[in-house]
Parts: sequence; structure tokens; C-alpha cells
Amino acid sequence: MMDFRYILLMRHELLLVLAAIIILIVDLFTSNGKKTNLIKFFLSLFALVMFIGFIPAKSGIIFGGAFHGNPLIGFFKNILNLAVMIIFLQSDGYLRKSENSGKVGEFFVLIILTLVGMDFMISSGDFLTFFIGLETASIPIAGLVAFDRYKRRSAEAGVKLILLSAISSGILLFGLSLIYGATGSIYFSDIAEHITASPLIILGFIFFVSGMGFKISLVPFHLWTADVYEGAPMNITAYLSVVSKGAAAFIFTIIIYKVFKNITGIWETALYTLSILTMTVGNLFALRQDNIKRFLAFSSIAQAGFILLGIMGTGSLGMGSLVYFILIYVFSNLGAFGVASAIYNESGVESISGYNGLYSTNPRLSLVMMLSLFSLAGIPPVAGFFGKFFLFTSAGSQGYFILILIAVLNATVSLYYYLGVVRAMFINKNDNPVPSFRSSNTMRISLLLCGAGLLFIGFVGGIFEYILSISHTLF
Amino acid sequence: MSILSLFVLVPVLTIMGILFTKGLRGARMVSAVGMGIQLVLAAFLVFYYFSVRGAGNLHEMVLTADYTWYPSLNIHYFVGVDGISVSLIALTAIVVFAGIFASWEMESLSREFFITLILLATGVFGFFISLDLFTLFLFYELAVIPMYLLIGIWGSGPKEASAMKLTLMLMGGSALLLVGIFGIYFNSAPDGGQFTFNILEIARVHIPVTAQRFFFPLTFIGFGVLGALFPLHTWSPSGHASAPTAVSMLHAGVLMKLGAYGCFRIAIYLMPEAAKEMAWIFIILTSISVVYGALGAIMQKDLKFVNAYSSVSHVGLILFALLMMNKTAFDGAILQMISHGLMTALFFALIGMIYGRTHTRNIDEMGGLMKVIPFLAVMYMVAGLASLGLPGFSGFVAEMTIFVGAFQHPGIFYRIASILVVSSIVITAVYILRVVGKLLLGPIKQEAHLKIKDATWFEKLSTTTLLIGIAGIGIFPLWLSNTILDSLQPIMDKLAIYLH
Repeated sequence: MMDFRYILLMRHELLLVLAAIIILIVDLFTSNGKKTNLIKFFLSLFALVMFIGFIPAKSGIIFGGAFHGNPLIGFFKNILNLAVMIIFLQSDGYLRKSENSGKVGEFFVLIILTLVGMDFMISSGDFLTFFIGLETASIPIAGLVAFDRYKRRSAEAGVKLILLSAISSGILLFGLSLIYGATGSIYFSDIAEHITASPLIILGFIFFVSGMGFKISLVPFHLWTADVYEGAPMNITAYLSVVSKGAAAFIFTIIIYKVFKNITGIWETALYTLSILTMTVGNLFALRQDNIKRFLAFSSIAQAGFILLGIMGTGSLGMGSLVYFILIYVFSNLGAFGVASAIYNESGVESISGYNGLYSTNPRLSLVMMLSLFSLAGIPPVAGFFGKFFLFTSAGSQGYFILILIAVLNATVSLYYYLGVVRAMFINKNDNPVPSFRSSNTMRISLLLCGAGLLFIGFVGGIFEYILSISHTLF
Repeated sequence: MSILSLFVLVPVLTIMGILFTKGLRGARMVSAVGMGIQLVLAAFLVFYYFSVRGAGNLHEMVLTADYTWYPSLNIHYFVGVDGISVSLIALTAIVVFAGIFASWEMESLSREFFITLILLATGVFGFFISLDLFTLFLFYELAVIPMYLLIGIWGSGPKEASAMKLTLMLMGGSALLLVGIFGIYFNSAPDGGQFTFNILEIARVHIPVTAQRFFFPLTFIGFGVLGALFPLHTWSPSGHASAPTAVSMLHAGVLMKLGAYGCFRIAIYLMPEAAKEMAWIFIILTSISVVYGALGAIMQKDLKFVNAYSSVSHVGLILFALLMMNKTAFDGAILQMISHGLMTALFFALIGMIYGRTHTRNIDEMGGLMKVIPFLAVMYMVAGLASLGLPGFSGFVAEMTIFVGAFQHPGIFYRIASILVVSSIVITAVYILRVVGKLLLGPIKQEAHLKIKDATWFEKLSTTTLLIGIAGIGIFPLWLSNTILDSLQPIMDKLAIYLH
């Protein structure tokens, strides 16, 4: 029976679908030349969707356990909405380019549809909804990655993504089928009771982790990341690195906490190893990148290693610190991508050496970039420091001090390359730096939002406390 | 609100003030006013502290203020001071004030320079008032990271490499420190109950010795990197040599004391048993720091390198004294923190001023400066004499106390180490007198040096401020020493329980 309570529980998904339909229709009735005029309308429409999402709703389980809604999931969907809003604001300049101006509607619709998939995925209460949500999210992304179809690299990245994505989904599905075979159910709550450390289930678990590892780009399942990030349009790269990764990490955590809680010892060993591998390899590869997109790709791989570290904490502290970290990661990564995208749209520069002397011509952009990078590196008083600190606290609560030691040493290594970009912008001299320019208003709003978020989130203790308190509802 | 929070608030407001200025004149005026207020505030704090103590307040920390920040993890913004932190805050205020005037003519990107410099100072002040490990660590990192920009943008010589080396080594140190802090936090409630970052509460519980053995070295080395602990001192000479004047002053004068203070207040105070067990390892390392730093200073031709190596030696002496773990040695160590802070800041200020005139820091290319810039030359000589421990200046008081304290330790190993370390006094005299002789006396070596002018008013102000501090401690040592001894009492009481 569909009553108002159901609607309220699914408000994010329903609103997004509604917005996608409206955008499709409006886009259909607008001639090609005038589509850029719609950007403002689409932005306000999405802003409306985002704000309605903030209306609090009660917890509930609908469709016989297939769809879960609780404050934490709702909050996380709001984070995703916020991230997508920032990405939309940053895409303005990109969409106004003549080669993209005819595809404004597609851009919005595709992103909103993948977001619907993500939302279903993180709300899922069984493996079927989970998998359908995951696929709904994956397929439009391939289209988005190949959005610059006139560019060989973009098309190549799209093909790469769809092929590897299909393989990983296959692996994931195989794992799920083994688990289904062993436990006889697809519902998280039913499976959880029947999980034992039997070889079949462990095999299924390994396939499951491999499949998810691809989506979160954990080492050694990360090989697609740098190529796809580099080939995709800048804003889509931002989407992949923040929204896609964040949602996958979130549901991955829920599943291993809830479904695999009987074999905690096993997944802890697996994540321990993956965490060390991911942050170390991500860091080492990031050291020598000159392309800003590849650089941020490897940096985001390294960040995934830190996320795994927080998951090791288990319980509400692990969940809370993870969600808090992703919230801050949204601001830091989108701040960095926003600046990179503004510069790319203006001057076509996307190499770090091209940023030499940026501070002398574009001081504000350089400052936002510096704040974002400092946040990614975890330097106070920027928000990233708090995010990382709580992830480490979470791991420390289970006594993983050696892992923390490896992580903090990795964070020190990461400082080298983050500071490398800062050095390019502030210290290196350049005879013809990126010329001074004024970015579009929407871009400025998005960067202001990121900058303010980075400066203030850490000092407002209530945010973390709120996340922690709603994380308790999961357990 | 506690008066202590003003020490963080005033610099932050100063930074905001600088944002509204244009160019060098405005930026330096606002900075000078802001840091002047900070100096007055520090002076006020000193007198206020005495009046509070005089009124019979015997708490370990006074002027405390406690605000809950993250209740679920028991993270507080908790500030308070005792005699030790009050003296270090006063030191910082003096050095920062002098530093502003030493960079009075910072032409390039002046606004950014003063903002970054004061940001660094914010970190230092915050560090000294914090009694919560979380806030303390936050301020600690805040004090370290602006160094990268300060050296990288406004430095000289191989500045990018020096800045990167310094930042990575110090942040690597703070990485170890972070693990140490987590270790302390998760062992702060051995009998159950909520974990805490509160230093005073942790001091009351007993961290299990097995945990101490793992986390003490991490914490001590983490702070020790900033205290230029051998062999992790290599950032110091190149960093100091590349840094602009005010940054060298602040860094050698104050930041290195953050390391020493942290070793004392966190590592040794909270984990005394492990400290006692492992002291011998670090005594060997610090003895090497002291002697090697002094020997290194003899070999250098660049004035800044001389002083940087001398800092390695002197700060090594502080760490050495701390590891002796008795009251007299602690007292000496803290006196040395303050004394060396003022002295080395004066040295770096003078080196910057001399370099600004002669455009060289190479000792061999200068000579007879006493004839052309008598004010700066006399100042340099006074700083040198203070540094080699001439009675009447702060250096003598501090080093004397340290050696007396070190000899109180009965172990034969400690005696031998102390004798070795005492020998550094002779080496110090050699390199100081050598530099003073070559630089200030004798014939003038270059034509161009005949025309240089003596100190301007702001340079005089900057150096005199520091000199007053040095002479003040030298002439009235008991005033400071007694304050420190009083504040050491609760710490000694705790150590006495666990060490026999």
C-alpha cells in the first residue's frame, strides 16, 4: 500500500525522478540554440530538490524489507545531493562551450539518473535492490565519461569504464550468488544470521569485496581509475571521485557491518591489507603525476585507503567517522576539482606545471585550491584534519595502532605532492602564467561554498556529534 | 572567557585586520599593533599570574577555561597555564614582536607574509595554553605548516628544497606524535570510564607500562624532531639558513621549544616509567646533538649555518637536561628554553640586519664591522657572550642549572654523558669568539662595507626588546627560576610516585 509515509521515505528518489522527467520534457521543447538558457532553470530545480531532501523523515522499512530509510541514510543522500549541486554549479562554464551547448539536458538527466541509482543502492535492504541500484548508477556514468565524444580520450575512457564496470559487476554478482547459495536468502537481515566462516561464504565474500573494490577503486582493483579520470570531462571526474566513490563506500560499510558481522575477523584482515595497499600505492603513484586529473585520481585512491582505515573501527564510531569524512571529502575534492575545472575551461591548462605562478594572477582560485589540498592532506585548521583525526580515532578504538602509524606516515608522504601543487601556485615563477580571469558566478558560488565548508565544518562540533548520534540508529 | 583565549583571538583578529589593508605600510602597522597588544597582554598575564599565585591559588594550572567541543570523544577546548607556560608565552610574545620589526621592510607580498607569520604565531600561542591533547596537537600542526610557505616564498638560497625538507620532516615527526597521542588517549582510562585528552586528568591515572614502552618513544621522537634531536636534526641548518629573518627568529627561538616543551609536558610527564627506562637511548642521542652541533658550528662559514648548528647544540642541551628527570635539571631546561629563545632570536635578527647591509653571510668576506655599524656589532657581541654562557646573562644561569642538575644524577653513565656535554661549553666559546673576532674586529675587508649605515629605529627596537629579556633573566634569575620551581612541584610529585 502506498501511503504518504512511503512517499516521505522515498522522497529523494521520487523527487530526483520527477526532476529528471521535467528536465527531459523541457529540454525536448527547447531548440538547440537556446538550451544554455535552461541551465539556470535546471540549477534552481535541482536546488529545490536538494532543499526538500532536508525535510526530516522517520525511519522505516518498505517493500518487504527491500528499501530501508533512516536518518543516517537520509543524511547521506543529502550529502550526495549537495555534492551533485556543487558539481552542477561548477559545470556551467563547461556546458556553455559551443560543442556542449546542445547537450545540456542530457548532462543533467544522466547525472540525476545515476544519483537515483546511488540512492536506491544505499537504501537497499537486500542484494537485489542493491545490485539494481548499482547498475542504474553505473550505466549512465559511462555515457557521462564519454560525454566529450569528439575527443578520442573521452570516448576511450567511456569504453574502458563500461567494459571494466561490466566485468566487476559480474564478479560482484557471482559473489552474491554464492552467498545466496550458501544462505538461501537475499535479504541482509536473513543472511546475517546464516553467515558462518564456511569456504563457500568466504569465497563469495572475496568476490563481493573485489567487485566493490572496483567501484571504490581500491588497490589492486584501481587500474581503471587514472585513465578514466583523465579521459572524462573534469566535472564528471569530480562526480566519479566524490559521489560515486562515497556512495559505494557507504553501502559497502553498511553491508560488511550488518551482513558480515559474524565473520568480522575475516573482513578485518582483508580490509587491513587492502587499506595499507591502497593508501601506499595511491600515494606512490600520485608522487609523479603532472596532469591534475591523474594527480587527483591517485590522491583519491589514497583517500580510499584512509576510508577503509576508519571502517576498521566498527560500530557507530566507524560509521560516523566515515560519513563525516565523506562530507568533508566532498568539500575538499570538489574545491580542488572546481578550481581545476575553472582553469581548464578558461585556458585549457590541466597540468600542474601549468599552474606555476597562478597566485600572482588568480589569487582567490589559488587560495581555494590550497585550502582543498590542505584539507585532503589533513592539515589543521582545515576540515580535513578533523575528518582524518576521527577516522584514526575510530581505528584506534580497536587498537590498530600499527595501521595508524602506517597511515600517518602515508599522510606525510602525501603532503609532498599536495605541497607540490601549492609550490607551483605560490612559489614557482612563470613568465606567462594562466592569465587573470573572472570565473562564472555559479562557479564562484560553488567555490565559496567549498571554501567556507572547509574552514568552518571542523569548528562546529555539533555536525560530527549529530552524525554520530544518527549512526547509532544503524546498530 | 578566560584571558588565555585572547592569546589566540588577538592574532586571529590581527590577521583579519591585515586582510583589510593594502601594501606594506598598512600590513606592518596592523601587525605591529596586534603583536604589541599581544606583548602587553603577555606582560599582564605575567603579573596576573603572580597575583593569582600570591593570593594562595595552589592549583597545578590556573586561569583555566574548559569548553566541550566534541562530547562523544571527550574532546575539549581546555586551556590553563602554570609558571612554565606563562614564561614561554612571554618569550613567544617578545620574539614575535621583535620579529615583526625585524621584517619591517618586507617588500614582496607583504600582506601575505605578515598573515602567514602571525598564523604561525597563533599556533605557538595556542600550543602553550592548551591542556587538551587534541587542541594541543591542532595548534602544533598549525605552527608547523606555515613554515613551508614562509620559507618557500620569502626564503633565500635553495629555498624550495629546504622548505620541503623541513616540512616533511616535521610533519613526519607529528605523524609519530599523533600515534603517540592516540596511544595516550586510549590508555587514559585503564580502570574503565571515558577516555580523555585532558592532560591533567591523564596525569592522575597510570598509563600501563607496556603501553608506555610503545608510545613513549613515538611521542618523544615526534616532538624531538622539532627539537632537532640527532639524527633527525637535518632539517634545521638548511631550513634556518633559507628562511627569512623573522621566520628564523621565530623558528629557532620559539618553535624548537615547542618540541622540547612537548617532550617534557607530554612524553615525560605522562609516561614517566618508560621515560626513565629509555632515557639512556635518548641521552646518547642528545649528547651527540650537543657536541656534534657545536662542532658543526665551528666548521661553518655562513653566519646562519653557524647559528643553526648552535641551535641544534643548545636545544639538544634542553632535551638532555629533561631526560635527567630531576627538579634542578628540569628547571635548567626550562630556563634554557627561554634563554636560548631570546638569544637565538637576537642572533638571527642581527644576522638578517647585517646581511641586509653587506649582502653576504660568509664570515670570510666580512671584517671590522664594529667600525661601521657599532650598534649592531655590539649587540652581536653581547648575544655571543650570552650564548657562550657569560655570567650576567641568561645563558649562564640556564646552563649552570642544567649541569648542576645533570650531576645530581648518580648513575655513572649519566655522569660520563654529563661530562661530555659540559665539554660543549668550550667548543661553544671557540665558535662564538671565532665568528665575533672575524666579523666585527680586524680590518674591513670590502670597500662597499665602508658605506653601510647603522641600525634604523625599528631594528634598534627589535633587538633591544630581546636584549632586555636576556639581561633581565641574567640579572634576576631567581624570579623566573622560583616561578618555574613552584610549577615543577606537582610534576615532581607525580614522578615521585612512579619512580624510585
